[in-house]
Amino acid sequence: MARAKAEPQQETTGMTLIVMVGLGISFLLFMAFLNVVKSGNLLNETNLLFAALIFYAGASALYLGFGVTGTESYIKFASLATSVGLLANTAAIAHRWYEAGHPPFSSVYEMLLSFVWTLAVLTLVVEKRYGVKVIGTVTMPVAIVGVVLMQLLRTEVHPLVPALQSTWLHVHVTLAMLAYAACALSFALATMFLIQDKMKSETFLAVTSSTTLAIYASIVLTRFEKWGGLSLVAWNPESKSEVFLSKGVRLFVTIPDLGWLMVLALVVVASPLVLYALSRLKKNDSFLTLANRAVFIGILLQIMAFVMFLMRAHDGRYASLDADGLFPTSLAASPFILSALVGGIFISLLYLLLLWRRPELERMLPSSDNLDRITYKTISLAFPLLTLMIASGAYWANQTWGSYWSWDPKETWAAITWLVYAGYLHMRITRGWRGRRAAYFAILGFAIVMFTFFGVTYLLPGLHSYA
Amino acid sequence: MAGDSRSFPQRVWRTAASIQTGVVLLILVVIFAAIGTVVLQRPVTEPDEMQTAYSPQALRILDKVGLTDVFHSWWFLGLVLLVSVSIVAASIDRFPNSWRYYSRPYKYPDEGFRRASHPQKVLPITDEESGLVAAERGLHSLGYKPERVVHENHFSIFAERSRISELAVYIVHASLLLIFLGTVVDGLWGWRGTLNLNVGQSSNVVELRDGSTRTLPFAIRADAAGQENYKDGTPKKWWSKLAVVGDGRDLLKKEIAVNDPLFYKGIRFYQSSYGPNGNVDKLMIAAAPSNGVGEKREFGMALNDVVSLDADATVRFAEFLPDFAVQDGQVYRKSNQLENPAAHLVVTSKAAGKDFDVWFPEMDGIGDNSKAPYQFQATDLKMGYFTGLQVSHEPGQWGVWGGVVLMVVGLAFVFYVVHVRIWVVPVSDPQTGKHSLWIGGSVNRNRDAFEERFQDLVAAVAEEMKTISKISPSEKIAVVAGD
Repeated sequence: MARAKAEPQQETTGMTLIVMVGLGISFLLFMAFLNVVKSGNLLNETNLLFAALIFYAGASALYLGFGVTGTESYIKFASLATSVGLLANTAAIAHRWYEAGHPPFSSVYEMLLSFVWTLAVLTLVVEKRYGVKVIGTVTMPVAIVGVVLMQLLRTEVHPLVPALQSTWLHVHVTLAMLAYAACALSFALATMFLIQDKMKSETFLAVTSSTTLAIYASIVLTRFEKWGGLSLVAWNPESKSEVFLSKGVRLFVTIPDLGWLMVLALVVVASPLVLYALSRLKKNDSFLTLANRAVFIGILLQIMAFVMFLMRAHDGRYASLDADGLFPTSLAASPFILSALVGGIFISLLYLLLLWRRPELERMLPSSDNLDRITYKTISLAFPLLTLMIASGAYWANQTWGSYWSWDPKETWAAITWLVYAGYLHMRITRGWRGRRAAYFAILGFAIVMFTFFGVTYLLPGLHSYA
Repeated sequence: MAGDSRSFPQRVWRTAASIQTGVVLLILVVIFAAIGTVVLQRPVTEPDEMQTAYSPQALRILDKVGLTDVFHSWWFLGLVLLVSVSIVAASIDRFPNSWRYYSRPYKYPDEGFRRASHPQKVLPITDEESGLVAAERGLHSLGYKPERVVHENHFSIFAERSRISELAVYIVHASLLLIFLGTVVDGLWGWRGTLNLNVGQSSNVVELRDGSTRTLPFAIRADAAGQENYKDGTPKKWWSKLAVVGDGRDLLKKEIAVNDPLFYKGIRFYQSSYGPNGNVDKLMIAAAPSNGVGEKREFGMALNDVVSLDADATVRFAEFLPDFAVQDGQVYRKSNQLENPAAHLVVTSKAAGKDFDVWFPEMDGIGDNSKAPYQFQATDLKMGYFTGLQVSHEPGQWGVWGGVVLMVVGLAFVFYVVHVRIWVVPVSDPQTGKHSLWIGGSVNRNRDAFEERFQDLVAAVAEEMKTISKISPSEKIAVVAGD
C-alpha cells in the first residue's frame, strides 16, 4: 500500500529532475552561446567539447537519477542527451583530426578523447541492444570525468616525431581504445553480476576502500617529500612539455603542504578498511556502520584533496630539490595523479550508491544469468581486439625499429593482459566456469588493463614514453 | 586414485595435457614477465644506472638468478617452451575427439540422445512423408541444406552449419605455435645491426649488436639523405635515397624513411638517424693575390683537393676540425660535433720555395695567413651528412605474421562461428499409431541465442505443414516427386 502511494510522487519528482536537467542544459548552452558570439568562432574544438560535456553531464544526472530512483522515463531523455553529446564529441574529434592532419591518437589527451567517445557509443549499444539500462549510471559519469580531464589537460596540437607517423600507429591506438573500452564494460557488467549474485555490501566496501587506499598509498609513497611537500613533474609552458634534467630524468618540483593533505586522505580512506577488518574479527556489525560513515568522510576529504591539488598544481611556480630556482608545473604534467584522484572519488561514490539504493539496483538490473552471459560476450569482443591491438603494435614496431617484440614494459603488460583473458576464456570454455569465479576473473582482467594503461606509463619507463 | 593405476608415461602425458598445468605455466610466465618489467633489465639500461639503482650485493644476486635479463634467460625460454609443450599436448589430447566430431557427424540421434536433447520440439503430422517435406522446406527457408538420412524402413533429416567451428580452437593454438616457431627461427638465424653511411658512400659491412661485423653479399650506397622539420624546428621526417649495389651495377633503388624500410634478399634497412658526420663536404673559398695584381677567384674545395692559383702557387685543403681549441701554439680537435670549426689550407709557392699555412678562422701566432701570396676568405662551409640505418635479417617473419593472421581468423571462428546441428526424426506412437515429427537442435556455443532461432525454425516447419495439408493429395505427390 505504501508503495502504491509512493508511485505518483515519484513520477512528479521524475518530471522535476528532467525539467531541471533540461533547464540546466539550456542555461549552460545559452551562456556558452553568448561567449561564442563574443569570440565569433562557433565550431571550434573547445566549444564542441564543452557542448559534449554539458550533454554528457545532463545524461549522467538522468542516469544517476534512474540509478537511484528507478524512474523509467529518465532513460529516454538520458539516451537522447548521450546521443547529442556523442554528436558533439564526434565533431570535436573530427575537428582535431582536421586541425592536426592525423587521427587524434598520439597523446594522453587525444587518447582520452577517443576513449570517451568509445565509452559513449558502447553505453548506447549495451543499453539498447542488451537492455542493461543502468549501465549509463556507471559509464556516463566516467565519460564526464574524461571530458573534464580533457579540458584541464588541453594542450596545443603537438607535431608527431617521425616514429609516430604511421597508419599502423593509428590502427594500434584505435584498437587499444576499443579493446580497453570493452574491458571496462565487462568489468562494469561483472560488478553488476556480483550485485545480482547477492554479494554482501561489505565485501564491496572492502574492495572499494582497498582501491582508494592503493591510490593514495602509491601517491604518498612515490611523491611525498620531506616536510609535507608533494613532488610533481615540472612543466614548460612554452614548449608544452615536461622538463628534463637529462635524458629520461624529469625535473620534479615540490608543492609545500600538499603532501600532508595526501597523508591525511590516506589515513581516512584506510579507516573503513580497518573498521571492516575489525567487524570481521570481532564479529560485530556496529563497526560496519562506522565504516560506512568513514567512507562518507573519506569522500569529503578526497574531494578536498582533489580541489587543493587542482588549485595548486594548475598554476604557480615552486622550488625543486634538484635544481635552483622556481619552476612552473601544470595539471598536464600530472595526468595520472589527476585521474587517480578522480577515480578514487568516483569509486567511493559508487559504493555509496550501492549502499543506499541496493534494492532498487537489484530490481532494475537484468538477472544474474543474463549479466554473466553479457560479460562473457563483451570479453569475447575484447579478446580479439586485444589480439589485434598487440599484433598491430608489433607490426608498427617492426616497420619502425626493425623488431616486432622488444619486451618493453608496456608490451609485456599488454601480453600479460592478453594471457589473463586467455586464462578466463579457457576456464570458462573448458572448465565451465560461470558466475562468481568468472566475474572475479573479469574484474582481475580489467585491473590489469588499468595498470597497463596508467600504471606502466606512470611507474615503469619504456619505449611507449611518448604515448 | 585413478592416476595410480596408470603407467608413468601416461601420467606424465595427462599432466602435460591437463588444463591445470597450462594455467599454472601461464601464471608463472605472467609472474616472471611482470618481474622483468619491474627490475631494471641489462639490455636496455646503462651499466652505471644499474649500479646506482641496486647495491652491489643485490645486483650480484639479481645477475646470478638472471632477473636482470629475464627475457633472454634460459629459464624464461624454458618456461615458454613448456607452455608450447602444454599447448601441443592439450591439443593432441583433445584433437581426436574433436576430429571424430568433425569427420563423422552424428547424423541420426538415437532415442537416448533424443530424450536428453535440448532444445527439442515434437509436432503432430498426418503422415511421415509430408512431415519430412515440410521440415525440409522449413530448413531451406532458413538457409540450411537438409540431407536425408536413409534407414532400413524410413528417413530422417540432418542439417548443419559451420562444422569447422569445432576445430577453430586448434587453429588458434596452431597459430600460437607458428608465432613461437617464427620467433625461435629469428632468434637462431636472425641478426640485427647498424650501418652508418656518409652521403655518397657505399658499404657492405654491418656492425652487429655484439660488436662483431657481418659482410653482406651486396653493398648499400646512400645517394642522398635529409631531414624535414616542422615549423617549430622539431624533426618531421628523415629520409635516405639508397641503392643496392652488386656485380658492379645498381640492383635496386629506393627512398626510405622512418616506418618505410628497404627490403632486399631477406634483409631490411630501416632509417634510424640522420646528421652531420663531422666531415666537410665542400669549403667555399675566395682568394685574392696579396700584391693586388691579378683577379679575385672563388672556388670550392673538398678535403685534400689541390687547386692551382696561378703559374707559381697552389693551394691544398689540408685539414678540417669540426670543433677546435688552441693550446701552446697548436690547434687541437676538441670534439667531432660541428661546434667551432677550423680549416687548414697549405699554399705552396715555387718562387718563395716554401709552404704557407693558412687557417680559418685567423688565429694569433698560428699560421702565415698574412705572409701567404694570396689572401683567402672562407665564404661558405658545406658539411657532409651521414644516414644511420638499422639492418636486420629475420628469417622467421613468415611464421610470426602468418601466425598472427591465422590467430585472428581462428579467434573469429572461435567466438563468432557457431556449429549448428538440426535433426528431424519422424516417430510414431506404437500404441495409438499416431505420427509425429521430433525436431532437435544443438550448438557448440551461444546456446541462449540459438534457442530463439530454434523456435523460429519450428514455427517455419509448422507453417510449411499448414500449406502442404491445404493442397490436395495428388498435388502433394507431385510436390514430393518434384523435390
